[in-house]
Formats: sequence, structure tokens, C-alpha cells
Amino acid sequence: MIELTLNGKKQAVDAEGDMPVLWALRDVLGLTGTKFGCGQAQCGACTILIDGVPSRSCQTTLADVAGRNVITIEGANGKVAEAVINAWVSLDVPQCGYCQSGQVMATIALLSENKKPSDADIDAALSGNLCRCATYQRIRAAVHEAARALA
Amino acid sequence: MLKTLFETASPSRRGFLMGATAFAGGLMVGLAPRGAVAQAGGQNPFQGYVAIAPDGVVTIYSAHMDMGQGIYHGIATLLNEELGADWRQIRVEGGSGNPKLFGNLAWGGVMQGTGGSTGTGSSFERYRRAGALARQMLVNAAAAEWKVPAAEIKIENGTLSHGARKAGFGEFAAKAAALPPPADVKLKDASEWRYIGKDRAVLGKFDSRAKSTGRQDYTIDVKLPGLLTAVMIHPPRFGAKVKSFDAAKAKAMKGVVDVVQIPRGIAVVADNMWRALKAREAVSVQWDETGAETRSSSDLMASYRAAAAQPGKAIATDKGDLTKGFASAAKVLEATYEFPYLAHAALEPLNAVARIENGVVEVWGGHQMPDVYQMAAAQVAGVTPDKVKMHVMKTGGGFGRRAVIDADIITEAVGVSKAIGGKPVRVQWTREDDTRGGRYRPAYVHRLKAGLDASGNITAWQNHVVGQSIVAGTPFAAGMVKNGVDATSVEGAQHLPYALPAMKVELTTTDVGVPVLWWRAVGSTHTAYAVEAFLDELAEAAGKDPVEFRLAMLKDSPRHAQVLKLAAEKADWGKPLPAGRFRGVALAESFGTVVAQVVEVSVQGKAPRVHRVVCALDCGIAVNPDNVRAQIEGGIGFGLGAILKSKLTLDKGAIVEGNFDTYEVLRMEDMPQVEVHILPSTNKPSGVGEPGVPPIGPAVANAFYAATKRRIRALPFNRPENA
Repeated sequence: MIELTLNGKKQAVDAEGDMPVLWALRDVLGLTGTKFGCGQAQCGACTILIDGVPSRSCQTTLADVAGRNVITIEGANGKVAEAVINAWVSLDVPQCGYCQSGQVMATIALLSENKKPSDADIDAALSGNLCRCATYQRIRAAVHEAARALA
Repeated sequence: MLKTLFETASPSRRGFLMGATAFAGGLMVGLAPRGAVAQAGGQNPFQGYVAIAPDGVVTIYSAHMDMGQGIYHGIATLLNEELGADWRQIRVEGGSGNPKLFGNLAWGGVMQGTGGSTGTGSSFERYRRAGALARQMLVNAAAAEWKVPAAEIKIENGTLSHGARKAGFGEFAAKAAALPPPADVKLKDASEWRYIGKDRAVLGKFDSRAKSTGRQDYTIDVKLPGLLTAVMIHPPRFGAKVKSFDAAKAKAMKGVVDVVQIPRGIAVVADNMWRALKAREAVSVQWDETGAETRSSSDLMASYRAAAAQPGKAIATDKGDLTKGFASAAKVLEATYEFPYLAHAALEPLNAVARIENGVVEVWGGHQMPDVYQMAAAQVAGVTPDKVKMHVMKTGGGFGRRAVIDADIITEAVGVSKAIGGKPVRVQWTREDDTRGGRYRPAYVHRLKAGLDASGNITAWQNHVVGQSIVAGTPFAAGMVKNGVDATSVEGAQHLPYALPAMKVELTTTDVGVPVLWWRAVGSTHTAYAVEAFLDELAEAAGKDPVEFRLAMLKDSPRHAQVLKLAAEKADWGKPLPAGRFRGVALAESFGTVVAQVVEVSVQGKAPRVHRVVCALDCGIAVNPDNVRAQIEGGIGFGLGAILKSKLTLDKGAIVEGNFDTYEVLRMEDMPQVEVHILPSTNKPSGVGEPGVPPIGPAVANAFYAATKRRIRALPFNRPENA
């Protein structure tokens, strides 16, 4: 049994410690908003926040997050998250939508640290988040729009 | 069974046999209940295009799978343009199980399917008509009850009204179903449209919020009681088979339910994905590679190059006098272009969920061809097709990968479920399984040759395409292979919009044991590159501006000329650029849509950096203009990633690349600024999901040449030999 704080609540997880957080979230806890795309931290679809830091849940074990504060897309709320999601919706960013949980989580982390990211900042923060539909142009615009909304 | 499907389906079903029936206490509009639906073999008799429930919820059944192209939104737009429901009442679900109802009209209505960028065209009249019929029936029911003329009843945002009287759709749904449907309905004139052709400000995509908050479910998210997960062990080489396997160690591991052999490999079944993956490592398999493909990419390309230098085995186009054309040429140019195998690499790795309960098979998946998959599932499970229910899920990308005639992932899911007593199971491929699982954009070599006269006009054009056929050996071959020419191998090369006095297009179809498939924009992903990059070489040799050179040959292709002019004008073609920036242009028609792109690049290291893409297109009526823009933006990004970075390499038959570290695709920092200009049109909608892809490669190649005087003739750009 591994204990952590998940989306603001204490959570005990009955699974082996070497299980990636991704599969614990999806298969053990039923939180399927976090997506599997590569399993090797190559695509960013599984991005979650661990103590506020964007992390690839496919390459983070359950043991790694024991006692830590984990936020998934299901628990993305507050001012920054709302601004990001609203920008995503108003620009109709998603096409298939599969990568967008990861994009949104990575953007929440970016805007929590950097109130007015430049295009280069966005490239650096989101380079690891693949979108095969190539919605990148709208993601970039939505990051700027969310930053404006928060200013 | 599959053959039967293709043979018995009627090729001509252009007529709309719309009708209506009572359903779940409400109204269902589809095909006439005692006529066509009953004849459809009893499959899903209670399905239609739209159902209106007593609580007013409007459920639209989509004939097309949504892999991100936005067809659910498009279909809802079409239907609700006529129906007039409140958008918040509308749901869209995947329809299936009734080819009469959902057959793709671009394919003669013979089977349900999503592909060839046909969804909007096939739906354009069908769903508007369904919406109009439902509306008229609601109005008629209200007119009868309120004892007023039907013509005086208004519908606005889901409310029927006459003077002060108002009612929701739900109130009249059952009453409408009790009335005879009108024989015909009149569709709105385009001038009356409130949603079709309107921008995001009027109508944002209704699934954007779910997809931005993790609430959209895909096949990977299907939840069923007792659902198990299976991972596959596939042959390391295409065509190899299991000789023997030892799963004793794996079966003893925690959470492992079973390890079973099915025709496509070994499945490791566990109570969750992580345990299945760990157990997979513990299974040892001996392979029989007698029938396996064991050649390497270098062998294949060498043989393709040799074949390209010989006359083609089949002739796709032969017009004018080629010999005379070359004889009269002042200059003859030749070039050979090489294209690698490409994976679709949708972000949701291939998967499907199956369950067999009380003789009924259910399959959840990205069913791009549900009727074919229903047959395949029935065959594997040993039941009749009417005992198979297909649940069409939205998918995390697709790009063609989920339209597979052998129903690979479907047969795996049903096969595994059957092997474990019908228990519900999700077969989930990993990224590496997906990259190495076959069904690629085929590798091709194109050899082009053209003559120019002293004034720089083309006198002769010859193109020889060498590569595998996508449809050979499938039931599609009957319609798509003519005189030895697979239309998908030469589309984009066989017919050109340019006036050419003599033109010959040849095809040599190769026999390779690597399974291939359509990949977003199919033939035009390679033909457009070869044609448009070679045209740039000819324009230079002729001493002409690339846009002017093309326009001079487009006098009989006014649509193409208009699109090219628009792109050139919006991109300030011919005007000076900042130092270090260079332009390139390309034009391509695919799936009925004409697209021109002008790109601006600079050179970083030895690679192009694409800053801006100006795209003009004529896609007929743009039902959702912002979605058209989104598809073109995405198509450009998808195509750009492929030409810059993507390739699959065969090493003695085994695919080298596995994850995104080796199979590289476009990332955020590679994405240019894209501007999309849609030509106004009153023509029926043509494709937009795919046509954005073809021009980007040659446009970038041509701009890169302008910058470096280097022609990239072997893709991708980042091949070591291009450095």
C-alpha cells in the first residue's frame, strides 16, 4: 500500500511500488484522463504534476510518489487551470484530443512559473509534448491567451 | 464472408429512403422502418440518423468515425442546420451495423467507412435531410395538437412555438413518431444557413471542453466490469509464425490470467497493463521464419531504383507523342525521388476491446470500417454477423491506420476474448508494437524525365512509380486496380492539372512482405512531392518563375489557377524577403480539393526551418470553416514532420525504429505559422482531412533549394546522405 496526495486528497494505492504512476492511475484508480502514448517519456501524453513539477507518469513509479502531491488532469482546477482550459476551448485547440491532457498539464506548470512566456519559452516547455494532429499553432496561441487572461 | 459483403451490397443507393419510427418513447429518423431497415438483415433495426428522446435529448448517429478530423461536429452542424435544436441538447454517437443506413455514398453506399476525406461529402445531403424530416414531423405533430397550420409553427433553439404557445422537442417526439412521415422535405437555401459556413464565434466544437479536461473517452478508456488487459507478442519479422512458446514463468506472475496463442501471435492477459507488460518479458517464443520477409531497406531501394530505370510493368497514363516530345526538346531533365516506409504513429497506440457474452460479441474500437470488422469479428468468434455489435469509439488519431481490411487489431481482441472464455479484454499495443506492427505508407521510387523546348515549355513528361500496391489482394482491388494499376499508387501523378503535350505515367508494383496501408493523403504523399519538386527543377531550367511557370500550364484548370494565384498573392510572392528567408511553392489536388502552399524557410545547420506557410484551397462549401483551417494546419504539420524526420528502416526484415526517439515526428518548435485562405464556393464539400498534407513537402524542398541550391531527392530531409 502506497500513500500519496492525489488531486488534493489522501489516497492509498494497493499496487506494487515499481508500477508506473500512469498505470496505477488508469488501471488501479480508474483515472483515465492521463493518457498512454509511448511508455518511454518520449511523447508527454501522460504528463502530471508532482509537487507542481510536470512529470511523465509513464516513467515515474508509484514508489517515487509516495508521500508526494500529485495532480492529474482530473484535479486540474484553480485560476491557472481554468484559464488554460478556457483558452483551449475558445480556440478549439483539440482535434483528436488524445495528447491534450498532457499539453494542458504542461501549460499549467509553465504558466505557474512564467507569467508571460515567449514563443521560445513555450517551445522549451512543450517540446516534449507531441501532438500528432499537429495542433501546435493553436496550442501556442492558447498558451498566450491564457497568459493574457491571467495577467 | 467479407466477399459476400462486397458482392451483395447494392452499388447504387443515391436515393434517400428517409423514414421515421417510434423509438424509446420518442422519434427516430432514419430509413423507412418497414422497408429498408427491416431488409438490412435485422441488424440494429432501431437505428437511424437521429433520435429525439422524450426528455428532448437529440442523439445523432454518425456514419463516420471521428479520429480528430471533426466529422461529429460537421455532421451535427449539417443536421441541426435543418432541425433547429438547442446545441446543448445534441449528442453524437458512432453508428454501425447497418450499411444501408450508414454506407459511404462516395463509395456507392456499399459499406460504412471513413476514409478518402469523404465524410462531409457523403453526409452533406443525408444529415441535412434527416434533420429536416425530424423537424417537419415535430412541426406536424404540434400543428395537429394545437390545431394550427404547420406553416405557422416556428422552431428556434429546440423550442416549437405558435404565438404564445411553446413546447420542447421532447413533448412532441412520441406524437411525431405516430404520424406518417412526409414524402419529402425541402432543404434550406444556402442563403438561410445559420451554422453551415459560419465561424467558431457562432459555433465552437462541442467536444473541445471534454477533450481539454481529460473527459473524452477513447478505446483505451473503455471501462467494463472485469475488464482485462492483453499485450501482444508479434513476430519480429513480417510473415514469421509461432513455432513454439514457453509461458510457464509468465503464467506464475502476479495478476496474469493467461497466455494464449492466436493466429497473429501470443497474447499475455493480465488484470492490468503493467502486469501484462512485465509478464510479456517472461515469455519466450521460437519463431518459424520460413515465409518471412528478410530484406533490408537498402536492398529494397536498390531493387526499386533498378526497376525504375526499366520500362514500367503497367501504364497509368499515355497521351500525346512522347518520342516526338523528347525529340523536339532543347533540354531533357531527369530526377529520381525516394520515399521511405512511414508509420501512422497515432498517439493512441492501436487497441480494441472485445467481450463475448451469451453468444453476442461486442467490440469497442476505432472502427473505420465497421461492417468489415463486424464480419471479421463474427468469423473469429464463430457467430453470425448479426450477433456482433460494434461500438465505434473516437480515437486518439488514426491517419488511416484503423482502416485495415484484415481487421488486425479487431481479430486480436475477439480472438483473445474467445480464448479466455469470452471475458472482456482490451488488447493494447505499446508504442513499439505500433511502430513495428506493419501497415505502413509504402516505400516508393519515382523516376521522372521531362523535355523543355527552347522557349522553356514542357514538350514531354514521363513518370515511373515503383512500389507496393495498397489494395492488391484485398476486396478493394476489384474497384481500385485497373489494367494492373492500383489507383492509390499513382493518384496525384496519373492526372495532372497542367497542360502537357505528351505524358506517360508508368507503374511497377513490387512484391514485398511488408504490410502496407493508406496513410493520410495516400498516393499524393509521394506523388505530389516528386511532381512538384521536379516542376521546380524544370522552372529553373526554363529560367521561369515557379508560379508563372505553373500558371502558364493551368489555362484549362481554372480552379487550380485561382487557388495558386490566391496563395501567391497572400504570401507576397515575388516581393523581397528579409535576408536569409526563402520561398517555395507547390500545388496539389487530392480528394477533390485543390491546395496551394507557399512556404518561407531559413536554413539552420543543414536543415530547413519553416517559418510560415500560406495555404489557399478550394474545398467546395466549407461546412465548418474553422475546422477546415484546423485540418489544414494539422495536415501541414503532419506532412512536414514526415518529410523532415520520419522514416522506417528494415534491417533484414525487422523494423529498426520503435519509439519516438527513433521514429521522429514534428514537435512544437518545428511548427510554422500557418495561414489558411478558403476560396468561397457553392460546390458540394470535398475533402479537407487529407489534402493539406501533399503540398508541404515539395514546397519546403523548393524553398530549401532556393536557399541552398541543393535538391532533396531522398526523404526524409534528415537522412545522413542529405547532410
